[in-house]
Amino acid sequence: MGDQPAIVAEGLSKRFGQVRAVDGIDFEQPAGSVLGMLGPNGAGKTTTVRILTTLLAPDAGRARVAGLDVVKQAADVRRLIGLSGQYAAVDPYLTGRENLAMIGRLYGLGRPAARRRAGELLERFDLAAAADRVARTYSGGMRRRLDVAASLVAQPPILFLDEPTTGLDPHGRIALWELLGQLTGQGTSLLLTTQYMEEAERLADAIVVIDHGRVIASGTPSQLKTRIGGDRLELQTPPGGDPWPLAQVLAGLGTGPPVVDARAGRVVLPVTNGPALLTELAQRLATSGLQVADLALRRPSLEDVFLTLTSTPAAAAAHAPPDRADPAARADSPEPATGRTR
Amino acid sequence: MSTAFALPRRQVPALSQALANTGTITARNLRRLARVPTLIALATIQPILLVVLFNYGFGGAVHVPGVTHYIDYLLPGLFVLAIGFGASQTGVAVAEDLATGMIDRFRSLPIASASVLTGRVAADAVRNLFVIGLMIAVGSAIGFRFHAGPGTALATVGLAVAAGIAFSWLNLLLGIVVRDAETAGLAGLFPIIILFFTSSALVPVATMPGWLQAFAKANPITVITDALRALCLGGPTTRPVSEALAWIGALLLITVPIAINRYRHATSS
Repeated sequence: MGDQPAIVAEGLSKRFGQVRAVDGIDFEQPAGSVLGMLGPNGAGKTTTVRILTTLLAPDAGRARVAGLDVVKQAADVRRLIGLSGQYAAVDPYLTGRENLAMIGRLYGLGRPAARRRAGELLERFDLAAAADRVARTYSGGMRRRLDVAASLVAQPPILFLDEPTTGLDPHGRIALWELLGQLTGQGTSLLLTTQYMEEAERLADAIVVIDHGRVIASGTPSQLKTRIGGDRLELQTPPGGDPWPLAQVLAGLGTGPPVVDARAGRVVLPVTNGPALLTELAQRLATSGLQVADLALRRPSLEDVFLTLTSTPAAAAAHAPPDRADPAARADSPEPATGRTR
Repeated sequence: MSTAFALPRRQVPALSQALANTGTITARNLRRLARVPTLIALATIQPILLVVLFNYGFGGAVHVPGVTHYIDYLLPGLFVLAIGFGASQTGVAVAEDLATGMIDRFRSLPIASASVLTGRVAADAVRNLFVIGLMIAVGSAIGFRFHAGPGTALATVGLAVAAGIAFSWLNLLLGIVVRDAETAGLAGLFPIIILFFTSSALVPVATMPGWLQAFAKANPITVITDALRALCLGGPTTRPVSEALAWIGALLLITVPIAINRYRHATSS
């Protein structure tokens, strides 16, 4: 069968009433790779995962998982996937061991095999000490680990994790990343949705950025950073300072409009020849009399990619000057890429 | 790199898989029944209280022609009430499973999809068997007797369990449709309470005002209680039992296909 992709989505759409949760999503994920699906809340990530895992039928478009149609061959798709959804879906009144053994039994393992597999996973996910306690007594992180372990019971070649580290403390997050790294090192294809740039950067071979149900950019993390181009000039107001006047001062200096994070008191400007700009910047600041607490010139992060490309109403308010419509804030960024042009 | 995704071989025929899946889900629900405090109370303390309170609360005032001990008249109706109360927890449980993502997990597994529902109904049946046994034991201690022999005693238990199966399906459907655990609980309880007090469960229908009698006679709780009572007390059983089975069958015929269909499209939100 050669290099069959793990997942192919073509024009996937799903609406709930008037809301177009997913509005024509295309992407392709090579087998054995990790795809990070990045997007703000309500972007359509979970709906996409639900379509791909056979839980929801799309209104339009098609998707293949392991070469199988997710609608017409749903039963076969379910034999090749593991899913860990947005909530830790474990039975609070069963012990960790019973939860995993139950999933094993449902996959058709015999009683001893199901218990053995449960034991292995509990060991691997650092839950052995709590194995025979009911899951109700687990911490959020333990419950989440148990949930991810449950998705691995049948050693599925394709794994879907919907915001797996949401609600975990930094320690738990890093521990889970390490486990997922091991897993994908062994050839498992992983589709991971996340709101955390760091997580996508750390785990994903490729990223699709989703907003308002559409793929607005895709590529490797470094491609995405290159695509939004240049460096970033970051200015920080003194505590409690208003960043909007700073943004006015910076107007026309960079390759695009300044992006304002009002809460953090920060303005980020995309620039190309940063060092040469500093003289001009110093003059403008001196003329304006504005105070700057910190100033840095740096390479763009995935977070810049995310903020440049996504525009929920809240983000638009937070990141564009008030007198500028949101599309203008994005006008100078490279053309919004679609996942796969057809 | 070869990336062919080989389907794991399916070793068992569909029916045995469905039975095995149902067994696994039944075991899950029975464990919960034994561990969740509310469920333990509903299956133990509540049935005992129902028997004792109704018997001593109403027994002094209610005199049913042809019945010496009120408990003989009362117990069959209380079977239905206890089973109805218990079934409301089934709607709660399925709504909780929806909310916590358990249903998403189950639906993403390669299992017979209805087994999540049939496993719940089977566990409910086991609980109902226990509850009825407990009520018979408590009832016997305060004077209840089967008047028509062990065969009809078994038939009584069988019919009560069958009614419980229909109640469970109805509540599964309610839970999937209303999706909210508290609402599902109330939606399951209200009809039972209203139908119970307007049925022949506590007092003969003939003692009710005329306008209520028509309703009470058609009331499924009256029909099922009368059938159970006929089996317990002796006398003609064919007609009441077939009417009860007709109600149970009709309820199943409506609720089972809709519940399974709704389940197949249900996702957490």
